[in-house]
Amino acid sequence: MTKADIIENVYEKVGGFSKKEAAEIVETVFDTIKETLERGEKIKISGFGNFVVRDKNARVGRNPQTGEEITISARRVLTFKPSQVLKNALNT
Amino acid sequence: MPITKSELIDHVADKLRLPKARAEQIVDTIFDSMVAALKQGDGIEIRGFGSFTVREYKGYEGRNPRTGEAVKVQQKRLPFFKVGKELRERVNDGRRGDKPAESTP
Repeated sequence: MTKADIIENVYEKVGGFSKKEAAEIVETVFDTIKETLERGEKIKISGFGNFVVRDKNARVGRNPQTGEEITISARRVLTFKPSQVLKNALNT
Repeated sequence: MPITKSELIDHVADKLRLPKARAEQIVDTIFDSMVAALKQGDGIEIRGFGSFTVREYKGYEGRNPRTGEAVKVQQKRLPFFKVGKELRERVNDGRRGDKPAESTP
């Protein structure tokens, strides 16, 4: 499934606007999610899951190929925690 | 502050100047169609955002860590999210901004 399929779904199921408008609408929804996460805020979508932004401290890692030690810099990462509802939906 | 689906709906309604009920239908349709795809075992790819895949895990004999009792863990399917390059970079760049996000446990 791609964004085009999601746009098609919104166009067919919600209705009342053109395909081009449906595309802009879907784009706006994902843009809004991205802007929120970019600010470091988490998003909770009930029935789907939580997108959580976490700050990671710098740590020493290892190049698995060479065994060489390298410093992995501090960074901010995004993780997804699926809701129990979604997990159940995949297993029924 | 975490934002919830209903706040996301409010933002979308404001931005698109749509009635809230309509924005709600849109946001619900997006997530419902994503759940439906994952339920069928299909992956989802949203460019600039990330991709979702369904991973199959085999059942195994586990152990209750507290009691040491052997338990059967059933095979299961779990959704897995991989963040896209653009969003990964935007999130990391946001670190230089204002307040800290949740720290790693």
